[in-house]
Amino acid sequence: MKLLSYFRGEAFQRGVHPPSCKLTADRKIRRLPFPPKVTVPLSQHIGKAPRPIVRVGQEVVRGQPIARSDEWLSVPHHAPLSGVVEFIGLRPGMRGTWIESIVIRAHPGATQEDLWGRPRDLSQATGQDILQAIWDTGMVGLGGAAFPTHAKLSVPKQAKVHTLVVNGCECEPYLTCDHRVMVEQSDDLIAGIRYAMRATGAERAIIGIEDNKPDARSVLRDAIARAGTLPEGEIFAELVPTKYPQGAEKMLIMALFGTEMPAGGLPIALGMVVSNVGTLAALGKLLPAGQGLTERVVTVTGSGVARPGDYRVILGTPLKFVLDYAGVPAVHALDARQVILGGPMMGQAIGSLDVPITKGVSGVLVFRREDMQVRETRQTYPCIKCGECVESCPMGLNPSTLGMLAAKREYELMGERYFLGDCFECGCCTYVCPSNIPLVQQFRVAKQILREKAA
Amino acid sequence: MTAPIEIRSAPHVQGAKTVETIMRHVVYSLLPICAFYVFQYGISALASLVVVTAACLLTERFFVRTGTQAGRLSDYSAVITGLLLALTLPPGFPLWMGAVAGLVAIALGKALFGGIGFNVFNPALVGRAFVQAAFPTAIATYTPSFLTGRFTEFIPSSLAWPLMIPADAAAWLKVKNLDALAGATPLAKWKFDGVVANAVDLLTSLSGHMAVGPAPLLILLCGAYLALRRFMDWRIPLAIIGSAALTAWLLFAFDPARYPNPFFMLFSGGLILGAVYMATDMATSPVTPKGMWVYGALIGLLTVVIRYYSGLPEGVMYAILIANAASPLIEKITQPVPFGRSVLNRRKRATYPLNPGYISREEAGAVTPKKRFLPKKPKK
Ligand code: SF4
Ligand code: SF4
Repeated sequence: MKLLSYFRGEAFQRGVHPPSCKLTADRKIRRLPFPPKVTVPLSQHIGKAPRPIVRVGQEVVRGQPIARSDEWLSVPHHAPLSGVVEFIGLRPGMRGTWIESIVIRAHPGATQEDLWGRPRDLSQATGQDILQAIWDTGMVGLGGAAFPTHAKLSVPKQAKVHTLVVNGCECEPYLTCDHRVMVEQSDDLIAGIRYAMRATGAERAIIGIEDNKPDARSVLRDAIARAGTLPEGEIFAELVPTKYPQGAEKMLIMALFGTEMPAGGLPIALGMVVSNVGTLAALGKLLPAGQGLTERVVTVTGSGVARPGDYRVILGTPLKFVLDYAGVPAVHALDARQVILGGPMMGQAIGSLDVPITKGVSGVLVFRREDMQVRETRQTYPCIKCGECVESCPMGLNPSTLGMLAAKREYELMGERYFLGDCFECGCCTYVCPSNIPLVQQFRVAKQILREKAA
Repeated sequence: MTAPIEIRSAPHVQGAKTVETIMRHVVYSLLPICAFYVFQYGISALASLVVVTAACLLTERFFVRTGTQAGRLSDYSAVITGLLLALTLPPGFPLWMGAVAGLVAIALGKALFGGIGFNVFNPALVGRAFVQAAFPTAIATYTPSFLTGRFTEFIPSSLAWPLMIPADAAAWLKVKNLDALAGATPLAKWKFDGVVANAVDLLTSLSGHMAVGPAPLLILLCGAYLALRRFMDWRIPLAIIGSAALTAWLLFAFDPARYPNPFFMLFSGGLILGAVYMATDMATSPVTPKGMWVYGALIGLLTVVIRYYSGLPEGVMYAILIANAASPLIEKITQPVPFGRSVLNRRKRATYPLNPGYISREEAGAVTPKKRFLPKKPKK
């Protein structure tokens, strides 16, 4: 009810409230066993893929760099387990394409401790040193976008950052990995925030937490109090109203500060840098130990999972292994019909279980057929101009008109007059459309066509 | 792995609302209104509701079957058109004319444009406009509500043979020993005789001897249900009622002798029904929130102007039809401003570079009116 949102003072006016289904919010993070074999795709992040620096047959130990590049928008990869490099070449990837990957077979009986790290003291390190150290960990945004963290945290010379915004929203239904990380790794998170503040020069950090996770905030406030007064500046943990897509940078900044970010601009234009809690918590752990990123927390849930939960998963673990462990008998019995990497609003449905867990995978959702909210079985109607999509688009676009133009293939008009480029594909419009029109899908196609035309 | 896992693109979940649920709830909300209407006017009204709705459904079925229009029968939209159309016709309206109205409503109001979602004009009003032009006498003939014997006896004009002149309602009323003038609607009485009905009669439609239509209070109540459950947009009715009241009040204040009070304006005739159920027809109203305000305000203004300055007693129908025609234009000029664009434009005018380095919080906050959160020190 939009009328109420004015009175409730919601953070931003639009957006949707999908049922949150956070089934795993109360369960501790558990470690998934080491798989016999891992596949490390070289391209796991936005930016150029690094080159392998190991040979087939070479022995590697857990934590050892196995791929590296000097490109700015590229991060190294580290061996997720100790073993032998078995294969370097094309392997199926998430999006149905084949990706150059490194396959490592585990040493049977290896303890699988992190063997490569060099503990170091970063208390005197400058921002540049910390950025370099972050780069060396191979860290990318663990929230899903997988943007290299060192690039995100580096501030251009002419700009100045005053605030580090820490994104603890996790607005996607089903996902709870960030929530669990905030609760269980609060000290790591505070440490990570301190490093990020030093790297960016921010004198203040604000953790934005959706108000459906009040426990995370109280835990973090305790951790902040434990940390005492910091030389870097102050850290705050604040609640924001729960709403999808609060996790988007622009929406979070709007929710916290009431400031609209200029279209086409970055948070840095407002003197802010946004990073996700999972990323910073991992940094807080890896940086002092001098280790690389070899594992991440993944939410495995959905109606097709017998033992849902948040698991600490070795990067490169085959999805099939994860699902076997989490108890997805259905996959083999053929009644699991949908496997999604990421959240249900923006995640990627996959067609093969041979793909590995990569740095950007925050969740694995498995739905049985009868629980899927199958769009295709619904009748599709022409746009009845109900205006629901206009009211739900967080970017303030007019998806109804855009959809009609897309149907007429007026892609240029969509881009020029109706701001197609501002759409960040959150899917709110498709979610609410009673006529079941695949709006965001049409917009993706339209954007792709416009990109091709421009190229 | 042979599992036929299904792949489709995000979002993988979907909201609960569908076209069918929206339409079904609109029908539900219309049922109490129809029931009260039948209570007021008896079996003639019931027959009228049934016949008109059936005509709409049959016509819809024909056009859907022949592939002329999109949608399907089970989407309930034809039921809504039928019920609304019947509610706007006088209860003693000859049934065959009602059937013609239903046919025209769907055929010319909807199928012609391609079916659900494509129509430019509200189909019920297209049907009503057609019969108003074709059968001007019949449509102006109202009988009083709460006649005794209304549940056992049809109003004779209801059962007129097709293409025959319907029985004279005035004569029939005389036989029944009723003041023939009581059969005029409050608006017609005001327009032609200068009599202003009192408020309670208008609101509840409970007075006998007065040909008021469906009860406005009940309509408002049912409309509130729809708006609260978000099956209808609350902006349009609010804008219509607000703008009609404002216009009427201005004129009333200007010359109370010539113009009736705004309350009479709002609750006589079909204004409330039109505002709640006709103007809010999704396909024919703008999608943009700002556009809805403009559209509603336009209808309110036009209604009052037509009522005062034209030869017709009733103005809602034409006001809505005109606004329907203007709706694409209204939508065009009220496109929403995308997130971050207003800031950007202001920046541009102020010739800021896009990335001006350090912008203070105050400066950044200054471009939007509200600052919602200022961090406080965490409690130790
Ligand atoms: S997908 Fe694009 S158009 Fe649709 S709601 Fe999100 S931003 Fe708006
Ligand atoms: S939500 Fe769907 S039906 Fe409603 S206006 Fe948007 S596109 Fe049209």
